[in-house]
Amino acid sequence: MSFPLLTACLLAPLLAALIIIFLPKDESKLHKIVAVIGTFVSLAISLYVFFAYDKSIGGIQFVERINWIKDLGVTYYMGVDGLSLPMLLLTNLIGFTAVFASWNIPNRTKEFFILLLVLIAGVMGTFITQDLFIFLLFYEVVVIPIYIMVIIWGSSKRVTKEYAGMKLTIYLLIGSAFLLAAVIATFVKATQITGTPDMSFQALAQVNFPEQFQIWMFLLMLIGFGSLLSMFPFHSWSPDGYAGAPTAVSMIHAGVLKKIGGYGLIRFAVYVMPAGAAYWSPLIAVLGVAGCAYAAMGALAQKDLKYIVGYSSVSHMGYVLLGVAALSVVGVNGAVANMFAHGVMAALFFSMIGFIYERTHTRNVSDLGGLARQMPKLAVGFMMAAMASLGLPGLVSFIPEFTIFVGSFERFGLLAVVAIAGIIITALYVLRAGANTLFGTPREKYNHLKDLKGVEMVPLVVLGAVLVIGGLMPSLLFDMVDSGVAPIMSHINEYLPTAVQIGGKY
Amino acid sequence: MVEFAMNHTWLVPLLPALSFLIIIFFTRPWPRLSSTVSIAFMLSSFAVATLAAYGVFTDAQFKHEPLVYAIRWFGMEGLNIDVGVLLGPSSAMMIFMVTLVASLIQIYSTGYMKGDPGYSVFFSYLSLFAASMLGLIISSNLLQLFVFWELVGLCSYLLIGFYTHKNSAREAAKKAFITTRIGDFGMLLGMLAIQIIFGTLNLYELGQIMPNFEDYTTAGMMTLIAVLLFIGPIGKSGQFPLHVWLPDAMEGPTPVSALIHAATMVVAGVYLVGRTMFLFVEVESAMYLIAVVGAFTAFFAATIAVTQREIKRILAYSTVSQLGYMMLALGVGSLTASFFHLWTHAFFKALMFLGAGSVLHALHHKADVWDMGGLIKKMPITGWTFVIGGLAIAGIPPFAGFWSKDEILLATFNEGHYLLFTLGAVTAFLTAFYIWRMIFLTFFGEEKPDNHPHESPLSMTIPLIVLAVMATVGGLIGTPMNPHWQEWIFFGESHHIVPNIPIMLVSIALAAAGIGLAYVLYIKDRNKANVKDLAIRFKPVYTLLYNKYYMDEMYLWFNHKVVDGSARMTHLFDIYVVDGIVNGLGAVTKGTGGILRYTQNGKIQSYALVFFLAVLVITILLAFNDTTSMALVLGGVSK
Repeated sequence: MSFPLLTACLLAPLLAALIIIFLPKDESKLHKIVAVIGTFVSLAISLYVFFAYDKSIGGIQFVERINWIKDLGVTYYMGVDGLSLPMLLLTNLIGFTAVFASWNIPNRTKEFFILLLVLIAGVMGTFITQDLFIFLLFYEVVVIPIYIMVIIWGSSKRVTKEYAGMKLTIYLLIGSAFLLAAVIATFVKATQITGTPDMSFQALAQVNFPEQFQIWMFLLMLIGFGSLLSMFPFHSWSPDGYAGAPTAVSMIHAGVLKKIGGYGLIRFAVYVMPAGAAYWSPLIAVLGVAGCAYAAMGALAQKDLKYIVGYSSVSHMGYVLLGVAALSVVGVNGAVANMFAHGVMAALFFSMIGFIYERTHTRNVSDLGGLARQMPKLAVGFMMAAMASLGLPGLVSFIPEFTIFVGSFERFGLLAVVAIAGIIITALYVLRAGANTLFGTPREKYNHLKDLKGVEMVPLVVLGAVLVIGGLMPSLLFDMVDSGVAPIMSHINEYLPTAVQIGGKY
Repeated sequence: MVEFAMNHTWLVPLLPALSFLIIIFFTRPWPRLSSTVSIAFMLSSFAVATLAAYGVFTDAQFKHEPLVYAIRWFGMEGLNIDVGVLLGPSSAMMIFMVTLVASLIQIYSTGYMKGDPGYSVFFSYLSLFAASMLGLIISSNLLQLFVFWELVGLCSYLLIGFYTHKNSAREAAKKAFITTRIGDFGMLLGMLAIQIIFGTLNLYELGQIMPNFEDYTTAGMMTLIAVLLFIGPIGKSGQFPLHVWLPDAMEGPTPVSALIHAATMVVAGVYLVGRTMFLFVEVESAMYLIAVVGAFTAFFAATIAVTQREIKRILAYSTVSQLGYMMLALGVGSLTASFFHLWTHAFFKALMFLGAGSVLHALHHKADVWDMGGLIKKMPITGWTFVIGGLAIAGIPPFAGFWSKDEILLATFNEGHYLLFTLGAVTAFLTAFYIWRMIFLTFFGEEKPDNHPHESPLSMTIPLIVLAVMATVGGLIGTPMNPHWQEWIFFGESHHIVPNIPIMLVSIALAAAGIGLAYVLYIKDRNKANVKDLAIRFKPVYTLLYNKYYMDEMYLWFNHKVVDGSARMTHLFDIYVVDGIVNGLGAVTKGTGGILRYTQNGKIQSYALVFFLAVLVITILLAFNDTTSMALVLGGVSK
C-alpha cells in the first residue's frame, strides 16, 4: 500500500488542532501559524491529488481500505473520484483562506482555531470517504464546532447569535435524523437482498432495490440532504445562520458544508436509488426553481450584506438542485461544478464582508458607501465575488450555470426559464449591494480605514485566482467532474421516460 | 507576415488583454508608462489586424468561405464547446476598424485624462474593453461570443462608473449593466435552444445547418429562437425599449463615450445579428420584427434628440437612432448596407464624441449647448472636424454617411417596405436638423463672454483629424461607381444595387432641408423666431420629448413599486410564514416538552399514580382481548 495521502490530508488539520491544544492560551500568533501550516498541508495534498488523479482511468483512486466493523460491513474506506475531488479541493481552498479571514479574531484564538480545524477536517472527511457509515460519522462531527463557534464568536443583528446558532444546528440535526433513518433502512434492505453487509457506496449501488422502496428512501434523503443544501422551503436557517456566524464559519458553511447536501444527494441518493431519483426529479426541479426565484427576491429586500449573500446562496443552491433534477450528465456536471464555483465565490464574498464589518462595525448597506475610494483592494475582491455571483463569463461560475441551463432546459423547458430569469434579479441585488457599499460619495467617517494588507490579501488572491482560472479554463474542472459523474449517471436512463434521453432532438 | 497575422488573429484581442494585465499588476504607479504600454500594445494589435484584413481582402476565396480554426474549450457528452477564430470579410473589416478607432481614442485619452488620479486604471480598462470587443468579433462559437459580449458589458460598467465617487456615475453604470442583462437573458435562452436543438454553437457549423433547419425543428420554434436571440441586440445596441441605459452612459469620461457609443459595444448587437443572419433569414417574421424595431428606434430616438440640451446627450440619442438604421438594414435583409453604415458611423460618431470631449475639456465640463456659441473661432480644429462629422451624419455627399445611409434607404425601398422607408427618410431629415442645431449653437453664433475656450493639445486634435479624414473618404469604397464594399461584405450572394437617382436626390434634399431649418431657427432668425417661443408654443410635445417620453420614469416606477414591492412581500413571507412555521414547530416541541416535563417531577406519589394507572390500563386491555385471561385476572382479584 502506498503512502496514505488522503488520511494525511485529513489528519493534518486535526494534528494542528492537537498541537494548538498544548500551546499557551495567549500565544495567538502561534495558534494562527500552526493553523496555517495545518491547512496548507491539506491544501497542498489536495492540489496534488487533484492533478495526479488519472482521469482516463476514472473510478475511485488513492484507495485506502481497512476493515472496521465487520458485522455492519463498515470499512475505513478512503478514496476519491471526479465527484469528490473538486469538493476536497474546495474544502481546503476555503479552509486555508478562512484561517486568514479570521486573522483578527479578538478573543479566545486558541479555542477558535481548534474548532475551525476540527470543522475543516470534518467536512473533508465526508468528501473523501466511500463508506456510508463514515460519511454519516463525519457529517455529525461538523455540527459540534459550528454550534459553539456561532454562539461564542458570532454576532447578533436581526436575530441573536444564540438563535442563529440553534437554528443552524437543529436544522442540521433534523436533516441528519431523516438521513439516519434512510441509511439504516437502506443498509438493512441491502443486507437482506445480498446477504453480505457492505456499507460502501459502490456496493450499495449494485443492489437492486425494489422501486417502491427506492421512492420512499429517496424522499427521506431528499429532505435530509435538501435541508442541508437549504432547499426551499427548508432554507430559512441559511440567511440567519450565516448572518450570526463569524466570518470563517460563514465561509466554510456556505462554501463547502452546505455542499455536503448536494454531494450526498448525488453520491448516495441518486447513485443508490436511481428509480427514486427519477420519480422525484420533477419535484426537485420545482423546489429548485422556487428556491432560485424566491431567494433571489428575498435577497433583493435585504439591508444587511450577510443576509444578501445568505439569500443569494439559497438561490444558487436552487440552480444546483435544478441541475441534479435534470438527471443527465450535462445537468449533474453543471450542478457539481456550480457547487465548486459557488463555494469559491461565497467564501470570497463572506471574507470581504467580514473585513468590511471588522473595519466599519456595520454590515448595513445604507450605512456604507463609497468604500472603493478608501479601500480599493477590498473593493476589487468584493466586486469579483459579486460578478461571479451574477454569473459573469470569464469567472468560474458562468460555465457551470450555463451547463445547468442546458441540462434543465432540455428536460424541463419553461420551468427552467424561470430559473434562468433569476440571472436578472441576481444582477439587480448584487450590483445594488456593490454600488451602495463601494461606490458613490465616500463618507468621511471611513477615511481613516486601512485597505487590505499583508495576510489579509490571502483570501482575495487565492480565491480570486481560482475564480479567474476556473473561468478561463473550465475544462480543468469539467473534465474532472465529468469523469466522476458520467459513471454515476450511466444507468439513470433506464429509469427515465425515453423522451428525455440525452442527445435527443425535439 | 500576412499569413502569420491570419493564422494568429487571436493576437488581436490577446495583445490588449496583456496590456491590461501589465498595467494592473506592474505599471499602475507610473501613469505615463501605463499609457505608453497600452498604446503600444493597441498599435501592435492594429498592425496585426491590418495585416489580417489585408490578407482577407486580397484573396477572393474568402468572399464565400471564411478562415476558421478552433480548439476545444470544454466538453462532455451532449455539450461540446470550442473556441477559435472565424475570419471573414465582416470580421476583418471590424477588427481593422475597432483597432484603429481604439488606438486613436487611447492617444486622445493621454490628453483628455491628463492628471486624473485614475489615469493608469483608465488605460487598463480601455485595453480590456478593446480586448473584449475584438474577442467578440473574431469568435467562432456563439458561447465564446457571449463570453466576450458579457465582458464588454463588464468593461462598459467599469468605464461608465469610472468616477466611482459620483452617485450619478454609479447609478448609470448599474443601469447599463442591468438593462443589457435583460437582453442577455433573452439571448441566453436563444442560445440554449440552439444548443439543445442543433447540438452545436459553432457559428460556421450552424451556418451550414440552418438552411435545412426543418430536419431539426419546426418553423415556430425557429421563430421563437430568432426572437429570443434578438432580445440580446435590443439590449446591447440600445434598441427600443431597452435603449434607456445608453444616454445615461454619458456619465463616463468622454473617450469612453466615443469608444462605447461609436466603434464598439453598441454595434456588438448589430454585429451579432449580422453574424447569425443565417438564422434570421429563415424566419420572415423575425426579419420583419428587426426591421420594424430598427426603423422605429431610429425615428423615436431622433425625436428625443431634437429637444435635448446637453451635447453628449444629443450625440447619445443620435447613436441610438443610427443603430436603428443599422437594424433596419439587417431587417430588410441587407447585411451590406448595415455593416457599411456601421463602418462609416464608427468614424463620424467617434469623431463627434471626441470633438464634444474637446469642447467639454475647453469649457471645463459645461455641457449645455445653449451656454456655448462661436467656439469655432477659438477652437478651429475641433470645430471644423466636427462640422465634417455633422455633414457625414446628415448625409451630404461625398461624406461617408451619405453613401451608407443611402444604401439603407435604397434597400428598404427595394424590398417594398414603403412605410419603413418613409420613417427612415423622416429620420434622415430629423438627424440633419438636430445635429446642425447642436453645431450652430455650439460652434457658430455669438460667443458667450463667460467662456474662455482654448484649442485642445495635439494628442487630442490629431485623432480628430484622422477621424475626420476617415469620415470624409470612408464611404468612397462603397459608392455606386466604386462598389468594392458590396463585393466583399454581404450575406448569401452579393447583389449590386442599381443606384436609384430619385431616392438619392430625396435623401440629399431632406438632409439639406434639415440643415437649412436648423440654420434658420438657430442662426438667421434666432432672435426673431425665438426658439424658446417655439418650445412654449408646443409645450406638451416639447415636454414629452424633452423627458424622453417618460420611459425612465416608467421603468423606475416598475423597478421600485413592482420589483421591490414583491421583494418586500417575499421577505415578509419568509420571516413571518416560513420562519413562523419553523419557530412555531419549535414552540410546539418546546410546549409539548413543557407539558411532558410534569411526568418527571421527582415525586414518588405521582410516579406511583402513573404506575397504578398503567397497570389498570393493561389489565383492562388484556381483559377485553381474551376471556380466559379476563377470568384469570378477575378471578385472582375476587379471591
